[in-house]
Amino acid sequence: MAPKRTPRQAVTKAGAVSSSPSPATAGASTPAASRIPALPTAADTSAIVSQAWNSYVADTPRKLKLVDAFMVFLVAVGLIQFVYCILVGNYPFNAFLSGFSITVGQFVLTASLRMQANPNNSSQFEKVTPERAFADFIFGSLVLHFFAYNFIN
Amino acid sequence: MVLLQSSIPPSAAQALPLLKAVILLTIAGAAIASRLFSVARFESIIHEFDPWFNFRATKYLVSHDFYSFLDWFDDRTWYPLGRVTGGTLYPGLMVTSALIFHTLKALTLPVDIRNVCVMLAPVFSGLTAYVTYLFTTEMKDEGAGLLAAAFIGIAPGYISRSVAGSYDNEAIAIFLLMLTFYLWIKALKLGSAFWGALTALFYFYMVAAWGGYVFITNIIPLHALVLIIMGRYSNRLYVAYSSWYSLGTLASMQIPFVGFLPIRSSEHMGALGVFGLLQLVGFSQYIRARLPSRQFRVLIMVATVALLSLGALAVVGLTFTGVIAPWTGRFYSLWDTGYAKIHIPIIASVSEHQPTAWPSFLFDTHMLIWLFPAGVYLLFQKLRDEHVFVIIYAILGSYFAGVMVRLMLTLTPVVCVCGAVALSTIFDQYTNLATPETAGEESRDGESNKDESSSSLLNISGLARAPIVGIFSPWSRVVVMGSFLVYLCMFVQHCTWVTSNAYSSPSVVLASQLPDGSTHIIDDFREAYYWLRKNTPEDAKIMSWWDYGYQIGGMADRTTLVDNNTWNNTHIATVGKAMSSREEVSYPILRKHDVDYILVIFGGLIGYSGDDMNKFLWMVRIAEGIWPEEVQERNFFTPRGEYKVDEQATPTMRNSMMYKMCYYRFTELFGRQGAVDRVRNQRIPSPTTDSSATPIQLNTVEEAFTSENWIVRIYKVKGLDLFGREHAAAMAFEEGKKRGGRTIRAPPSGGHGKGKARVLRV
Repeated sequence: MAPKRTPRQAVTKAGAVSSSPSPATAGASTPAASRIPALPTAADTSAIVSQAWNSYVADTPRKLKLVDAFMVFLVAVGLIQFVYCILVGNYPFNAFLSGFSITVGQFVLTASLRMQANPNNSSQFEKVTPERAFADFIFGSLVLHFFAYNFIN
Repeated sequence: MVLLQSSIPPSAAQALPLLKAVILLTIAGAAIASRLFSVARFESIIHEFDPWFNFRATKYLVSHDFYSFLDWFDDRTWYPLGRVTGGTLYPGLMVTSALIFHTLKALTLPVDIRNVCVMLAPVFSGLTAYVTYLFTTEMKDEGAGLLAAAFIGIAPGYISRSVAGSYDNEAIAIFLLMLTFYLWIKALKLGSAFWGALTALFYFYMVAAWGGYVFITNIIPLHALVLIIMGRYSNRLYVAYSSWYSLGTLASMQIPFVGFLPIRSSEHMGALGVFGLLQLVGFSQYIRARLPSRQFRVLIMVATVALLSLGALAVVGLTFTGVIAPWTGRFYSLWDTGYAKIHIPIIASVSEHQPTAWPSFLFDTHMLIWLFPAGVYLLFQKLRDEHVFVIIYAILGSYFAGVMVRLMLTLTPVVCVCGAVALSTIFDQYTNLATPETAGEESRDGESNKDESSSSLLNISGLARAPIVGIFSPWSRVVVMGSFLVYLCMFVQHCTWVTSNAYSSPSVVLASQLPDGSTHIIDDFREAYYWLRKNTPEDAKIMSWWDYGYQIGGMADRTTLVDNNTWNNTHIATVGKAMSSREEVSYPILRKHDVDYILVIFGGLIGYSGDDMNKFLWMVRIAEGIWPEEVQERNFFTPRGEYKVDEQATPTMRNSMMYKMCYYRFTELFGRQGAVDRVRNQRIPSPTTDSSATPIQLNTVEEAFTSENWIVRIYKVKGLDLFGREHAAAMAFEEGKKRGGRTIRAPPSGGHGKGKARVLRV
């Protein structure tokens, strides 16, 4: 259940789902018409994707991009483990489970760190400075790895 | 109370933390002291049934190392199956007391492990009071926190499971429950992964300590879900929930007894689902902020809903294919109170699993039960995120407490919190000496709203100017404050009375009152268990009903067939069948299970109502569940449907092992007056008064021991006859030889008077 959180992946995913509902440009003035949507053109979708990508590249601080890269890596590792589990089998189930939950856990901890460190969100986290967030992240990861290591057998 | 804080000078304000510390220490002291009735009245002894197992396991842990404790295979219970004890218990309690024991030993304080176990629950109740203070402080303010701490410290609903000697999982579990909730609220308020990780750590401790951890597993996701539905998703919620769930789930799987349940059983799927939902919501929020188009946002919503329903379908599909275990029977019995009675008699047979009678709400929480809805209402008025949590907890807790008596325990903390919120709001209103300005203005133009304002306590409009009348007058303050102080005093008195009278009996040792008012201690259980310990071979197998399994294991140190763990229904049904069948049917069962002694509890002489004859129907029912042809409940009732043990008792009843072992030679005690069973108030047919009655004859077992007040009777199972005869035939032969020489022994003359003098005080 590793969620895709990087914009690039998710937008393509959402674009893939978007084959049935109305495209972004058409029907914006007539909400009723959007219930019976016209098929989106590929150009619309790609325009939206490229727009989102550009705004991401432009607006996101470098530190957050680093965090995002780590999250992409974690999603990839999680997917590899999951596919391996389906294809080859889950024999040492403890090992698979601790490996998989460590990627999921690390992912959500990193996502938390990213939210807390994001300057746009600072109004939501009054008591949590980015430094404090990083300390929280380290603490959470230590606990996570301790349990996973204990569970791996 | 808080208003006092603002009005006092700064020098006094510095003394407030000290004052608070003193108050909290006093509360903790009161909480501990009020749980010591049982130690003061009786002695430092482990109570009831389950605590005896926990005590035995703790002794094992203290004398062995931790890993052999986890690998412990116990061959002295569930003979001949044995029990994988290390893998089927919640080790939190034992590990806690072993840690305390070793710490004290390292500090060169010589304590007995028994005293650590006895005192564990009171000490942790003091900690619970402190944690409840913290929790309620998050809800309202410190004044409410102190009140809540005082309430939880002495509320009978919690004391019932935490008196000294009640060494059970709940002793530490309520502390952990409140601590986990407090940490969760803290994590949610701050949006900090650190507090989330702490929540997970104490959740882990809770999982290690009590099966009720499932309550936390479901209430926190429910809280998160309700917040999302209310449109209150925030990144703080994401951080708190994700860090708790990802760490807590992995941590909970470390407990051998829990194992893979968190990903395999339906009870845990809700938490996983909310976890996935939060990821989706969090991500869509992130995207929503980036994309300009409204249409695309709709699209994201559609995608979210689609993915969610896909996930739900997957869970349902996996449940049907059997990857995820379906809901267990214990779970169903929470929704349908009749379910257990039909499908799982063993659960229904436990008295604490019965639905709650309404007076017990008042009995266990006294005035808090009517302050409770007021508190919930006040929380609704503010309705911050953490208030939603308490409201959900209040609803779930009330429901579960209505379904099962024992779940009163989980309701009590929230009742205390809400009661404290309500009471401290009242105090805040009425200790505020300032008269609001608006009151004066309104009094000029309005006599019309007089009725309305005086009818509402919290309404601040009133008739206050120069001669102050209405709710702002000193009199109304004095009356309201005074009446609540009286209520508080009554509350304390009620709690002390309930604790002293209802919840402080060890039930291993009974107290009764002699006619002159002095207390008499009935110590039959320990007498009998000590007899077993001293007079039977060490590997003797004792058969008894499962209630006494833990006590026999703990006090007599002998092998038992079934005990309170009740993991194997068939084995229990076997014992039930052996107890409820005729001797000829039972004997092969006894032989096959190598039973050496049978122990029955009989209260007919002294009026002890929790005896085996009263539990007998459950033995019959459980046995009937496995062998419907051989054991039938109907046959134990008279044609008129009554449960009789007197001369109207059915032949099936009269020939059952249990009946015979309970009433064997009972009539000899009474002589010409006729034997009366004091529990059921029925006359047992006695050969001395009724010529048609025949004395009960036991062929395959012989009486080995009967305790002073006949509460415990132990029978030895005879070996096979040396000449290969049937036992009945052998007995008849022996009888025939005896008949010429001896007459039936005269009944002991003092027996009846002695029994009459002691009326059991329950």
